[in-house]
Amino acid sequence: MKFLTLWNREVASFFQSSIAYVVMFFFLIAVGWNFQMVVTLINMQPTEITVSQGFFGTIFFWLPFLLIFPLITMRLFSEEFKMGTIETLMTAPISDWQVVLSKFFGALTFYIMLWLPTLIYFVVFRWITKSDAAYSPGSLIGGYSMILLLGMFYIAVGCFASVLTNNQIIAAVVSCVTILLLFFAGIAGGFALDVNQNLRNLVDYFSAIDHMTTFARGIIDSRPIVFYLSMTVLFLTLTHHFFQRRKWKS
Amino acid sequence: MIKVENLTKKYAGRTAVDNISFEVGKGEIVGFLGPNGAGKSTTMKILASYLPATSGTAWIGEHNVFSDSIKARSHIGYMPENVPLYTDMRVNEYLRYRGSLKGVGGRRLKERVAEVKELTNLNDVENRIIGALSKGYRQRVGLAEAMIHEPDLLILDEPTIGLDPNQIRQVRELIRNLGKQHTILLSTHILSEVEMTCSRVIIINKGKIEASDTPENLVAHMRTAGGVKLEAKTGSDDGVSQLKAIPGVKEVVVEPDGDWKTFQLRLEAHADAREAIFGLAVDRRWTIRELARQKGTLEDVFVELTHSDHA
Repeated sequence: MKFLTLWNREVASFFQSSIAYVVMFFFLIAVGWNFQMVVTLINMQPTEITVSQGFFGTIFFWLPFLLIFPLITMRLFSEEFKMGTIETLMTAPISDWQVVLSKFFGALTFYIMLWLPTLIYFVVFRWITKSDAAYSPGSLIGGYSMILLLGMFYIAVGCFASVLTNNQIIAAVVSCVTILLLFFAGIAGGFALDVNQNLRNLVDYFSAIDHMTTFARGIIDSRPIVFYLSMTVLFLTLTHHFFQRRKWKS
Repeated sequence: MIKVENLTKKYAGRTAVDNISFEVGKGEIVGFLGPNGAGKSTTMKILASYLPATSGTAWIGEHNVFSDSIKARSHIGYMPENVPLYTDMRVNEYLRYRGSLKGVGGRRLKERVAEVKELTNLNDVENRIIGALSKGYRQRVGLAEAMIHEPDLLILDEPTIGLDPNQIRQVRELIRNLGKQHTILLSTHILSEVEMTCSRVIIINKGKIEASDTPENLVAHMRTAGGVKLEAKTGSDDGVSQLKAIPGVKEVVVEPDGDWKTFQLRLEAHADAREAIFGLAVDRRWTIRELARQKGTLEDVFVELTHSDHA
């Protein structure tokens, strides 16, 4: 009940502060353009990949994808600290975990709302082309599951960055850099051939591109699922820990 | 209602609240009085479970503020200093949100929102965005929010700061009315406010409680309880030495005004030297044009207790 009240407020606050409209506008332009470009490329020559596989694989997918997380998460805690509303919030009879989780799920809800309209692309595409070949349910389910999993992980990272500071810009920079490091660690792993095999296996776990490629082919692998879920839990636990720490300083 | 025992709060080596103990009974309106930085806000934040104490304990009703914090919080309506609000929400929206967060639901929530709006005169701004409201209205939104869940105890940190005189009067009136059903702990450094609204005053200075009593008793028991003002022509006498000889007079300050002299006498507690002064004037053939007792005020008490060089 109280969690739902908090969650509802979190989702509504995106739209009250108009962040929602700005982010949605540019995000949908970028992703829509990406879709159009993938279709154009596939039309140019015979290819083995489906439209959905292509959609989840270009740089124009990853760029807006990685950049929305700081925008969504930077204000979650920082704004409450700065405005002082944290004091009214935390003197209400609610637990720290309720606050952390409501902020996380509030951001996740907005993130899902961002992605839902993109499903229309595939429906419309199929309706116009009448072609099943370019469109496979397995690939779509895989791709969107990975979007959800990566989203949970990166939003948890963003929550953590936001709980550290009362400055939204700092929160955005910290989450942006952390997410990019995690993302490029996966790519870097592919180049570093001469390092320890265990280290490479570890780094491979972070490889968002590899996971996405696998899932976009419609192959659901349990290892990334477990990995991203546990990383999400880890970062939310850290967030909760630092959220409590604010009580002990000054 | 509130019980505080040996509460201490240290911030990075500085002691903000130093081993204080006090109790507030049900139905009391207690004013927390002290200079800036005396530890008023810190104590209130600890009672509202926002800050943990360094040592000591505090109870709200039978709930320990530290180990049973959520239950304790549900009995408190807390309005922090400067009244932080979500500036992008509308008044109605905010009150509904805070009400349901504090466990008021369904039809009751609707009733309570209407009631607190009525009490705080917010009806004409109910659909305005909080960020666009003036300071006075925000203060009232904060007050409405604090009492939305009908808490047993209201903790109000500087409820009238930044308001104009009319608004201050309204808020005071409101607090007095609320005091009929709620226990109230409010902090302020405006003395007249305490005298007008509070049944008891706790004076706090440098983290320590200096006094705790009704405003009347504090004034009555003050060590230098008011004084006497005398305007007289003393002829060849200097006046000061003769007045000082009267028992009960602690200090005499004189200010010449042509032929006349104005004497300010500080007296011992409960002493009334007017008769002796009159007798003296008759003996020495002084001409008196004013002889008046000046009642001690809470301000005198406050200055005496919190002045930095008082021993």
